[in-house]
Amino acid sequence: MTTLSEAASKALLAPHGVPFLDERTCDTADSAAAAGDELGYPVVAKLNGDAIAHKTERGLVRLGLSDTDSLRRAADELLEAATPEDGEVSVLVAPMVSSNREFICGVSTDPQFGTTVLLGVGGILAEAIADVSIRLAPITERDAHSMIDELRTSDLLGAFRGSPAVDRDALVALLVGLSSVAVAEPDIAAIDLNPVLIVDGKPIAVDALVEVAA
Amino acid sequence: MTATSPQHFDALFNPRGIVVAGASTHPGKFGFVSLHNILASGYEGKVFATNRDGADVLGIQCATSIDDLPEGEIDLVFVCTPASTNLELLTACGRKGIKAAFLTSAGYAEAGDDGIAAQAELVALADELDILLAGPNGQGVVSTPANLCAQIVAPFPPAGRIGVASQSGNFVSSFLNWSRQTGVGISRAVSAGNAASTTVPDFLDYYASDAETAVGLAYVEGIADGRDFYERMRAITPSMPLVVVKGGATAGGARAAASHTGSLASDDRVFDGAMRQAGVIRSLTVEEGFEAAASFATQPLPKGNRVVVVTTAGGWGVVTADAIHSSELELVALPDDLLAAIDEKLPPRWSKNNPVDMAGGETRDTIPEVMETIATHDEVDAIVYLGLGIQSNQARMMKEGRFYPDHGLERIVEYHERQDRRFATAAAEISQATGKPILTATELGSADPDNPGPAAVRESGRLCYGSANRAVTALEQMWRYQRYLHG
Repeated sequence: MTTLSEAASKALLAPHGVPFLDERTCDTADSAAAAGDELGYPVVAKLNGDAIAHKTERGLVRLGLSDTDSLRRAADELLEAATPEDGEVSVLVAPMVSSNREFICGVSTDPQFGTTVLLGVGGILAEAIADVSIRLAPITERDAHSMIDELRTSDLLGAFRGSPAVDRDALVALLVGLSSVAVAEPDIAAIDLNPVLIVDGKPIAVDALVEVAA
Repeated sequence: MTATSPQHFDALFNPRGIVVAGASTHPGKFGFVSLHNILASGYEGKVFATNRDGADVLGIQCATSIDDLPEGEIDLVFVCTPASTNLELLTACGRKGIKAAFLTSAGYAEAGDDGIAAQAELVALADELDILLAGPNGQGVVSTPANLCAQIVAPFPPAGRIGVASQSGNFVSSFLNWSRQTGVGISRAVSAGNAASTTVPDFLDYYASDAETAVGLAYVEGIADGRDFYERMRAITPSMPLVVVKGGATAGGARAAASHTGSLASDDRVFDGAMRQAGVIRSLTVEEGFEAAASFATQPLPKGNRVVVVTTAGGWGVVTADAIHSSELELVALPDDLLAAIDEKLPPRWSKNNPVDMAGGETRDTIPEVMETIATHDEVDAIVYLGLGIQSNQARMMKEGRFYPDHGLERIVEYHERQDRRFATAAAEISQATGKPILTATELGSADPDNPGPAAVRESGRLCYGSANRAVTALEQMWRYQRYLHG
């Protein structure tokens, strides 16, 4: 198994209708700063590379960068933190979004049942809560709707603490998109969209990791 | 090419004649028990038997070889002989035109490498001879339309519309025992044993085309090809509801996986999702599986999820409402016209709400009338009826007490019992007339099976649910299937 970089993962998934933020891949601190100025602050900066699967654990994500100087400094530090094993790296600059609702969506390969699509409640407690629903790829829109209904905490999709209800059709499109990319690219062993944030009612995947059979 | 045409299954489930190969004079041996069960269950076709000595077993003069039996009269061979002799036996059966074989014999794939090789040889020979091969290492086959109980174990269930297929023979017995206890009958049942050739999905496929069977009930464990199982189930559910109980749910547990998705996608969750996607009702326990199947076999499907609870006492209604609230069913608010119509039939103290608590306000005709009023309303899809048998329970106490039959108790006892029978019959008749499910729930069905209320539910062919919660679970499963079929 090998993993694709976050940028390459997103480039593979976006044409299938998986919604991502408008973000830039930058090779230097200068180009990162220019990207931040263009996107508007605050922004997030992350180190990007094929061999970098678990950025958070390694401290390779910088959140809430509020101006050009702090972004430039963060980009410098991230590029310096790269090790030779990381291979070719760059810095991803993305608008900072926040949400009180997080989901996890993904694809994995089951030894008995083959390619599966998963929707779950996300966040740091995701694995403990384990409120997930799974279907076998390919899935239909109807399957995706029933995945959403099956969540024990499907109430999270309604209007919630001042936030609007989740656009169900957009979430359905995301799940069907994941299914179609997995079917179209049989080398894909797993996809993680973790987290998928709900921003103004719309799901947006702020991180992506694609694992392919070597 | 495996022999699994409808004609082959017909040879297994409706044989013109049967031969028990390896019949025994010892009442403890499978070769005796199976012959006994075939004869005792009233099978009307011809019954033959073979054994080494040509002995008489239960009045059947055994032949020493299949070759000595008539040609064209036997469709099924029930095999109780050792694995080492079965190739020769099967070949002889082929010469007699036998189309189906059920093998109880052990010593095949369950018994190591040699057994695996022997099983492969057996399958190849059966294919060559065009014989349907069930088992080996199975407990037998039941077919109530043919009064056939070809099993090395009990029981023989009442006739009905549930088709059972199981990877475990003892699970067949469990389901059949539930059938006997509840009176909700079985059409066919088979223990697939090692399922060397004919698998659980093959049997379920046949049931889907079988006019005697309305629902498939299966026990599976250790599915070799999950994707294939999913595809097979998905092909069946549009024409027949399927209930699956699966063992080994937690065996695999979560896999070590690089991705978060992979670590969340445990074996059991994937199986669960696949079954939902295929429209299969998955049950976690034997009794829940049987009750789901019994519901599909005996109740019309609900067209929607709006439920009214009809009860003769408050507490039961409250607990039932709780169960409905935590399900996909809706405890529907009584429409104004329905509320007014019920109000005309009940004294002022009734609940005026759903659950419809009649608060003991029932006279002779109240319960059937209220039930019919509710069932015929357009905005009601199903009824759960609680409180059956209370009157007969008191009647029993009177009958068993020392004041009976004097003190004028005879008349009231007779009245109570007649009323409960009438309520049970009304529930079934109104359900049939309206095409809406009406589920009757009371623990008296098992606490006192002779109570005329539950007894009349059984006579109506329906299941008397052990509790309201179990009725709600079954109703929710029917609703899920209905929604799967029609969106």
